[in-house]
Amino acid sequence: MSDDQKDDGLISVFIDGEEVRTKPGTNIIEVAASVGKEIPHYCYHPKLSVSGNCRMCLVELGMPGKDRATGKPMLNDDGSPKIMFFPGPAIGCGTNAAPNMHIKTDSDMVKECREGVTEFLLANHPLDCPICDQAGECRLQEFSTSHGAGYSRFVEQKNVKPKRTRLGPRVMLDDERCILCSRCIRFCQEVADDDVLGFTDRGSYSTLTCFPGKQLENNYSLNTVDICPVGALTSTDFRFKMRVWFLKQVKSIDFETSVGCNTEVWSREGKIYRITPRRNDAVNDTWMPDSGRELYKLVESDDRLEICQVDQVKVSPSEALSKAVELLQASDGLAIVGSGRCSVEEQYALKKIAETTKAVGVYLVGRYGEDDGILVSKDRNPNVRGALMTGLIDSLPEESLSELGAKIDSGEVKAILSVKEDLIAAGLSKAQLQKVALISLDTQSYPSTEVAKVAIAGLTPFERSGALVNQQFRIQKFHKAVPGPSGAVDDLVALGTIQANLSGESFPSTVASIWKSLGESGPFEGLSFQSISDEGILLDGTGFDSLPFVEGKSLHFEPKQEAVAAE
Amino acid sequence: MAIILKRKPLNLLEKLYLPQIVAGLSTTLKHMVAPKETMEYPEERPPIPKGYRGVPTLVKDPEGREKCVSCQLCEFVCPPKAIRIIPGEIQDEEHANVEKAPKEFDIDMLRCIYCGMCEEVCPEEAIWLQNQYSMSGYSREEMVNNKEKLYELGGTLPDQHFKWKKKKEAEAAGNAH
Repeated sequence: MSDDQKDDGLISVFIDGEEVRTKPGTNIIEVAASVGKEIPHYCYHPKLSVSGNCRMCLVELGMPGKDRATGKPMLNDDGSPKIMFFPGPAIGCGTNAAPNMHIKTDSDMVKECREGVTEFLLANHPLDCPICDQAGECRLQEFSTSHGAGYSRFVEQKNVKPKRTRLGPRVMLDDERCILCSRCIRFCQEVADDDVLGFTDRGSYSTLTCFPGKQLENNYSLNTVDICPVGALTSTDFRFKMRVWFLKQVKSIDFETSVGCNTEVWSREGKIYRITPRRNDAVNDTWMPDSGRELYKLVESDDRLEICQVDQVKVSPSEALSKAVELLQASDGLAIVGSGRCSVEEQYALKKIAETTKAVGVYLVGRYGEDDGILVSKDRNPNVRGALMTGLIDSLPEESLSELGAKIDSGEVKAILSVKEDLIAAGLSKAQLQKVALISLDTQSYPSTEVAKVAIAGLTPFERSGALVNQQFRIQKFHKAVPGPSGAVDDLVALGTIQANLSGESFPSTVASIWKSLGESGPFEGLSFQSISDEGILLDGTGFDSLPFVEGKSLHFEPKQEAVAAE
Repeated sequence: MAIILKRKPLNLLEKLYLPQIVAGLSTTLKHMVAPKETMEYPEERPPIPKGYRGVPTLVKDPEGREKCVSCQLCEFVCPPKAIRIIPGEIQDEEHANVEKAPKEFDIDMLRCIYCGMCEEVCPEEAIWLQNQYSMSGYSREEMVNNKEKLYELGGTLPDQHFKWKKKKEAEAAGNAH
């Protein structure tokens, strides 16, 4: 075998006669997927352990034959090696590729196996498709069509199992639809570290249940809904809301914490219906926390600031912007409160405004909470590192703006430009804010919006595009999924207009154009918005090693200090 | 070039005109007693053949339950996008056989092209293009049939399957083991 073990450490396997080079230890499903051949499977999930119970991925395996007496390779008449196929099929998920292994993925035996497995799975499966939320993205539906017999021989009474069981606050279970793949059980054990699910009863009466007295209520419970290959587990939030085939997917980022989970936003005609995780092996694998899936409710929340205001009077965006510029030009002591929720582009524009106006202080509001060691980090701002890299701030933000409060009291600060922050929640009092000219740009109407001279209605992360730098110093893009309210203005357009009017020079106000100057020099040198891939690009963050970042260890992140200490 | 047709001179019988008058009157008399080919629309309406594609309607099953489960396949398949559905959950578990029903169901009859794809795609046999063929209204809003109107137009059709009812009964009976 050493001949096959070439320098690159790869081995050769043959899928339907075609040679594929692959890493030793890769299973057959993954090898076949790497050359675009799908081996149907239900229970196998690339990020979970192999359980091999669905039997859908059966394939035929064979090795080149050797003469037992002489040890020489057996050859066909034409001199090619003779392949000895095993008499029975083997599961693709549980079999690792071996050197010179031959795999048949669509032989007659394999097809017959798949048809048989599908027939057994459908024997007790209810005809729920018209009311099943999974319809349209259901593996059983897909594989029944592509690998099933197309008719039913089952004339007996189907099994009855509990329907509409509530497993937890966010997950509903329909046991009749369950095909017992155990993905959800393995997810709870291996990823969420909250072992609450299991099977009871035997044979065709096997039923998925929660352990007595327990609930599936951890912050990762909705991932079980995502990985459920059928409609057994459904989300209570998305239940019966919309069929998936109407929804458009847009790539986005979870704004909840500095982990920056990759997500997909599903919308139809300007209305968002759900958020699901997007696979990124370097950040979040295929998971995301439940809390991040509810952020879309921000778009249609009751306190949404839909129209710009000047002195609490509703005005058009252009009037609000010209009033803001007027106020900024008139006042000399300007403080800027940026946000860790702003994109890199907006923080860059803020930095330029600070330079033009010679701002007396630039602040960010820190948000810190408990981490769970998986995908929720202590830093609840998604883009503090972006603010550091654009040079907007040079130290980590504090939760309270008491320093700014003192400056207001002393009269040093006479105007505040605040972006995406509620200043009253950040420790300033209403009386303090009334002393200064407050210009706020936000999506929600906060108590501090009421005292703002100018309140510019901005856009939520789902309504604009941009880039964020997560805890690994990985820059990742999010894209506009739905249009914003007609009275609102894109944050970058607002900041760009303000900067252009203040400086008297033109300033880019689109994401693509602002990257022309962002990518010219500094930490983002050579990058453009287009060149950032969907998986993100890891930037060099060694310049900030001295800062005491708060994040602990999480799924694909090792804090610097601990890494140094471990060495 | 102009063509000149030469007209034949009339013979005696033709000159008399009487045979022609008799022939004409006999045709008139024949039609007076023959069955009528026209009808007095709208008081009188033609019989509608089987399989006719009239106005799309929603029907109820013989027990008065909504058949539509709002799977939205008709909305998906509708070529002019005339159908809009907002799905909803049935709260009344006692009476209902199934968990899902449309909250709102609108068919814009100004858009509908009477193609019958919705009827063909419906897995529940809930939407039918029935006999009604004339729709009129004074405004665009009036031409949008909402759920109440659709059920009123549809009425009740016989059902052979009772799929969800059978399922609910099986659930109540439980497993044999």
